[in-house]
Amino acid sequence: MNDPILEMRGVSKTFFGIKALRAVDLTVYPGEIHALMGENGAGKSTLMKILSGAYRPDAGGEIRIEGRAVRIEGPLGGRAAGISIIYQELSLAPNLSVAENIYLGREISRSGLLARGTMREGVGPILKRLGADFLPSTLVAHLSMGQRQLVEIARALHVRSKILIMDEPTTSLSAAESERLFALIRQLRAEGLAIIYISHRMDEVYALGDRVTVLRDGRLVGSLDKPEIRADTIVRLMVGRDVSSFYKKDHDPEAGRGHPVLAAIDMADGGRVKGCSLTVHAGEVVGLAGLIGAGRTELAHLIIGASPKTSGRLELEGRPVEIRTPGEALEAGIAYLTEDRKALGLFLDMSCLDNINLAVLGRDAKLGWFLDRDKARERADRAFAGLSIRAANAGVPAGGLSGGNQQKVLLSRLLAIAPKVLILDEPTRGVDVGAKSEIYSIIDNLAKAGTAILVISSDLPEIIGICDRVIVMRAGHIAGEVSRGPNSPLAQEDIMGLATGMEHLDA
Amino acid sequence: MPDNGAAEAKPASTTTNGAAAETRRQRMRMLISALGMLPVLLILCIGFNVLSEGRFFTGQNLGIVLQQAAVNTVLAAGMTFVILTGGIDLSVGSILAASAMAGLTLSKMPELGLLWLPAALLTGLVFGIVNGALIALLRLPPFIVTLGSLTAVRGLARLLGADTTVFNPSIPYAFIGNGSLTLIPGVASIPWLSVIALLVILVSWLVLRRTVLGVHIYAVGGNESAARLAGIKVWAVLIFVYGISGLFAGLGGAMQAARLYAANGLQLGQSYELDAITAVILGGTSFVGGIGSIWGTLVGALIIAVLSNGLILIGVSDIWQYVIKGLVIIGAVALDRYRLQGSART
Repeated sequence: MNDPILEMRGVSKTFFGIKALRAVDLTVYPGEIHALMGENGAGKSTLMKILSGAYRPDAGGEIRIEGRAVRIEGPLGGRAAGISIIYQELSLAPNLSVAENIYLGREISRSGLLARGTMREGVGPILKRLGADFLPSTLVAHLSMGQRQLVEIARALHVRSKILIMDEPTTSLSAAESERLFALIRQLRAEGLAIIYISHRMDEVYALGDRVTVLRDGRLVGSLDKPEIRADTIVRLMVGRDVSSFYKKDHDPEAGRGHPVLAAIDMADGGRVKGCSLTVHAGEVVGLAGLIGAGRTELAHLIIGASPKTSGRLELEGRPVEIRTPGEALEAGIAYLTEDRKALGLFLDMSCLDNINLAVLGRDAKLGWFLDRDKARERADRAFAGLSIRAANAGVPAGGLSGGNQQKVLLSRLLAIAPKVLILDEPTRGVDVGAKSEIYSIIDNLAKAGTAILVISSDLPEIIGICDRVIVMRAGHIAGEVSRGPNSPLAQEDIMGLATGMEHLDA
Repeated sequence: MPDNGAAEAKPASTTTNGAAAETRRQRMRMLISALGMLPVLLILCIGFNVLSEGRFFTGQNLGIVLQQAAVNTVLAAGMTFVILTGGIDLSVGSILAASAMAGLTLSKMPELGLLWLPAALLTGLVFGIVNGALIALLRLPPFIVTLGSLTAVRGLARLLGADTTVFNPSIPYAFIGNGSLTLIPGVASIPWLSVIALLVILVSWLVLRRTVLGVHIYAVGGNESAARLAGIKVWAVLIFVYGISGLFAGLGGAMQAARLYAANGLQLGQSYELDAITAVILGGTSFVGGIGSIWGTLVGALIIAVLSNGLILIGVSDIWQYVIKGLVIIGAVALDRYRLQGSART
């Protein structure tokens, strides 16, 4: 192989005495797609921010680009060193045109006036090279997420970056857009760029990665070459222990499988969900798998009445129920844990105590109006003890807690109503490894107690680890169901096949 | 928080050891935010007393300050509810005028005269609920809706008195505008206007801090989408807060009518909304909603009254009073920004 383009030797980063990154060595070659994996909090984003110049590494480490030691400083330092980052949340100005975005901060002017024409001509060749189907003069607001990503990549190429870092680039892309992006990434690799690809998704890493580097707790725990890339190896490196002990599943799927609790029949919203039916039994953990954009969250929102449905009905314990608002869903005993706990779940400025009690304030209230503060404190204390929430006390604002503890606070709010049906949307997203394991055992215990649980997750090992059976959605439909055989576990290939539509090719 | 990685990599032992320090820091932060602008109020009082050679701290002058603060305190209490939900109510000055006009007009009718007080309150409540309904049910921005009613209700206020000043020297319950509640005969008394303002603050505190509705108000201001998903009837909360703001504006109108025995639809309550908003922001309630307290609003309203009174006492011209008050508003918002930086919201 030729000379490395990027070498990091012993790079560390300490925040307030806490090591976020410990002596990481990373070598990246031109013309390679280097996948970077690790749990949230493993140090991926810290590493990335060091390369972009947002953080300065601790003294002692060394970063070399094309063999020369460099110091990357300030937000423009990364770009000057030839490194560009495509962020999860795109950093484009939607009110400006494609050309203006690509030239942002480096506008061309002629005697003080903006030279729009020159700028448009300047970006033409790059857009063409990327196969863009829009004009340099198009407003970014009019572009799809996939097209916007293309603009970001064009910006990186325009400043002649040699290293492209992509942070979960497919999070907001449809399946077709993702495919196009993959083709483009391969093309860039062929052109000799080095691509550091950060992703949680095993299928993407399989498809793209030439090498995989895994971080855990700020350490580099392993680098795998293409032939060694296997899901179980990666997961073991990421969680640092054997997968089978990581996922807890003690409830007996056969004995526990009680009467049907929730039946959703022919649910549709006239857009993303096109006639879906599913049933969840008491004491059962059902997975809802599918690619991003398959309509899983939208289906959950239809069930709890968070968005209006165009058709469909619900049965709860065999009786039809009408649910029009999330409040009615809670009253009926259907609780929903949102995938976006900061934007849609928690009240970050409010105390954990208020966050936990929010759903039962009315039920607990004295004279129907006045807060029962003793009851609230008891309930919060019970939740803190029962779910081992780590915070100074229940009075601190929820926003100050770590991701895992925030998730447990939100979960406590739902459990306070003693739900019959619990719908968990990405219950371990942004949660550290320890809390993840704790959340799995909470789910397991609830199933043992007879709660009907539906888990939406994009993390296949998680779904396979904790669910009794898996319903797979694809493009707004239920694509099929994968069950656990008497002696065979749920097969990842079957689920991915249904999710991507590949099962037709096999047949 | 600099990075998820840093926070989540924190070992459990650090958390337990740091718990005590964290609790102490938390208490300190709560104390600072609870005290808020109270030190500023005290410094202003002492400063004015020195500059006016002792004329500020006299029983008579303090009575005047309290009386002057009363109406704004009542309006600001209602405004606190609204701003806590992340909204704004620009129409309170106009609603105050319309309520006073409605009350005074009714007080002149011989057989209905005694009903003028409830009529004024009801007028305010109705306008407030209309504001709330437009905002909650039609999902219109609060700034636009109440900017509209600022103008429209002002017009209605002028219409009520046929664009003249309505007098009623024998208005019933006049004592609430000019009388005082005697605490110790011959020694201490407190103007009825101030008693009402204090009661309004107490009721507001009770609702905000001791009822389910109060938590829901904070929740809607903190995160409206999350509140909706948590099953809170956001529309009902919004109608309530604008209704309360209208009701308190109506009460303010009644207080003014009883004090002046008169009302003019064009002049009464002009730009009162600005003083009310200033009081709320000075009191530390965040403009984005979800954070704030009613006691802060009381302090804010007192600061404004002390500023007006003190500047007159030391002989600052009317024109300079405007300049100084304006700078205080900007300073208050700067303070709001600074406070938010330290909170959990990022």
